[in-house]
Amino acid sequence: MTILNAILQGIFLGAFYAVLACGLSIMFGVMRIINLAHGDVAVLGAYIVLVIVDRTGVSAFVAFLIALPVMVVLGYALHFSVLERSLRAGILTPLLATFGLSIVIQNLLQLAFSPDVHSLGGSAGAVTTSSWQVTGGLSVSALGVLVLVTAVVVFGALQLLLSNTRLGWMMRATAEDADAAELVGINSRAVYASATALAVVIAALGGLFLGIRSVFDPVSGPTQLIFAFEAVVIGGMGSLWGTLLGGIALGIAQTLGAQIHPQFAVLAGHLLFLAVLVARFGGARVVLRTAR
Amino acid sequence: MTLLAVEKLDCRYGLLQAVRGVSFEVGQGETVALIGANGAGKTTLLRAIAGAHRPHGGRVLMDGADINSMPAHRRVSRGIALVPEGRRLFGGLTVMENLRVAASRRPGRWSVDSVLEVFPMLQPRRRALAANLSGGEQQAVAIGRALMSNPRLLLLDEVSLGLAPVVVDAVYRSLSGIIGEGATVVLVEQDLTRALEVAGRVICLLEGRVVLEGRAASLDRDRVVSAYFGLKRPA
Ligand SMILES: Nc1ncnc2c1ncn2[C@@H]1O[C@H](COP(=O)(O)OP(=O)(O)OP(=O)(O)O)[C@@H](O)[C@H]1O
Ligand SMILES: [Mg+2]
Repeated sequence: MTILNAILQGIFLGAFYAVLACGLSIMFGVMRIINLAHGDVAVLGAYIVLVIVDRTGVSAFVAFLIALPVMVVLGYALHFSVLERSLRAGILTPLLATFGLSIVIQNLLQLAFSPDVHSLGGSAGAVTTSSWQVTGGLSVSALGVLVLVTAVVVFGALQLLLSNTRLGWMMRATAEDADAAELVGINSRAVYASATALAVVIAALGGLFLGIRSVFDPVSGPTQLIFAFEAVVIGGMGSLWGTLLGGIALGIAQTLGAQIHPQFAVLAGHLLFLAVLVARFGGARVVLRTAR
Repeated sequence: MTLLAVEKLDCRYGLLQAVRGVSFEVGQGETVALIGANGAGKTTLLRAIAGAHRPHGGRVLMDGADINSMPAHRRVSRGIALVPEGRRLFGGLTVMENLRVAASRRPGRWSVDSVLEVFPMLQPRRRALAANLSGGEQQAVAIGRALMSNPRLLLLDEVSLGLAPVVVDAVYRSLSGIIGEGATVVLVEQDLTRALEVAGRVICLLEGRVVLEGRAASLDRDRVVSAYFGLKRPA
């Protein structure tokens, strides 16, 4: 039963990682950018929600809705100020630029909020504490269910966007061939910018869940980035549903690892990530060698 | 009436000068064939007109207005559409999606339905991914995709490349229908006979320069061939 429970908790944890990873996956899928500041953007989102909660006393969820337009503006600003220029300069530059941005965000957060840890758990209402005891060893937390349902809704909505809306077609077309997309009348700059804005909004949702599930401080970003990145890679870079499954696989690996020893949790996730890397890329090299 | 004017256009790739001081005009309703050997600069010229290649010097004018600083997607809403060399379809999108993503606000005759009418071979392939189409079907989608913006100026870059002769015939049959309706077309075609057949006027490029220009009916084939290969400088 404890194994079953660990798997269930792993699914909930993994859904959280998938939400974090979603924006990373979008930006990689559309622009081939690996945004190293993605975790920090999520944490920034958590801080913005925190500020709104502190100022107005609304619940964290309402505060997130208020923060949404701010995140959209931030997304466009990020794109036009940093990403677009760096994209023009080749493949490596966005990596360096977002790495720098990550440090800038962390330092600005330190300045504004001190290095103290914060949590949004207290302002999220009953959802943080409620749970259902299914049987002896199996408990389902309301927050876990909320995160899982949200993750499925987010990925489902993205799927609908990509396959049924004009913006979605434009994103897929631009992702494949930006030059050809321009030639059929698609403003590729605008499409890229909206992909970034979308990624930033979903990152903030990840930040909200981070804040409700646990605590965060100005330098929490890189850890979140690593989990998100692992989820994207495990799910097969740039594939949408793959990212959800990758997040869940990572979550399960961590909770199962924790069964062996609490300190083994994160390591188990890394091991899964490495195994996938070896299977995919190491394996390809073996195939190439035998083919030669 | 002049629809497109190209003035002293210069295009470069680094030090390589692909188009050198090219000037010509295209009138409303005209069909102009751009011919020339491999590497003559035809693709570069079309891409510069469509806004996909930033010229080094010279101007491109549409309806007399300078559009040099206009990005490609805005030129599409001005009425310029390019069927690029190598088709460049969005392989992960279905035929329908390839067409619908290219629809513009410009009013006109073309819609998904009318494109499918002109290219009936696409009808049963509507939901297939563009990557899984045959060469002829892909070319039909590429042309249809360009038509979706209801262009006033259609630029076609080697639409027959890599297609079986019967398929080329089918593609050109559809094209001559479109040309017959009064569309303005600039086309690059390797097949001289076909170029002289569909075009009212021919412009021959050699190493980036215009070496021969004239009405298709008035040009004799030998002169075109020698201009094409740069055998002798025609007067
Ligand atoms: N992306 C590029 N980078 C560098 N040089 C290029 C590039 N594209 C074309 N060129 C060069 O510019 C010149 C003109 O090429 P272009 O493709 O315009 O010729 P073309 O007439 O279309 O030839 P083809 O009949 O082979 O399609 C050639 O010398 C070519 O090598
Ligand atoms: Mg060419």
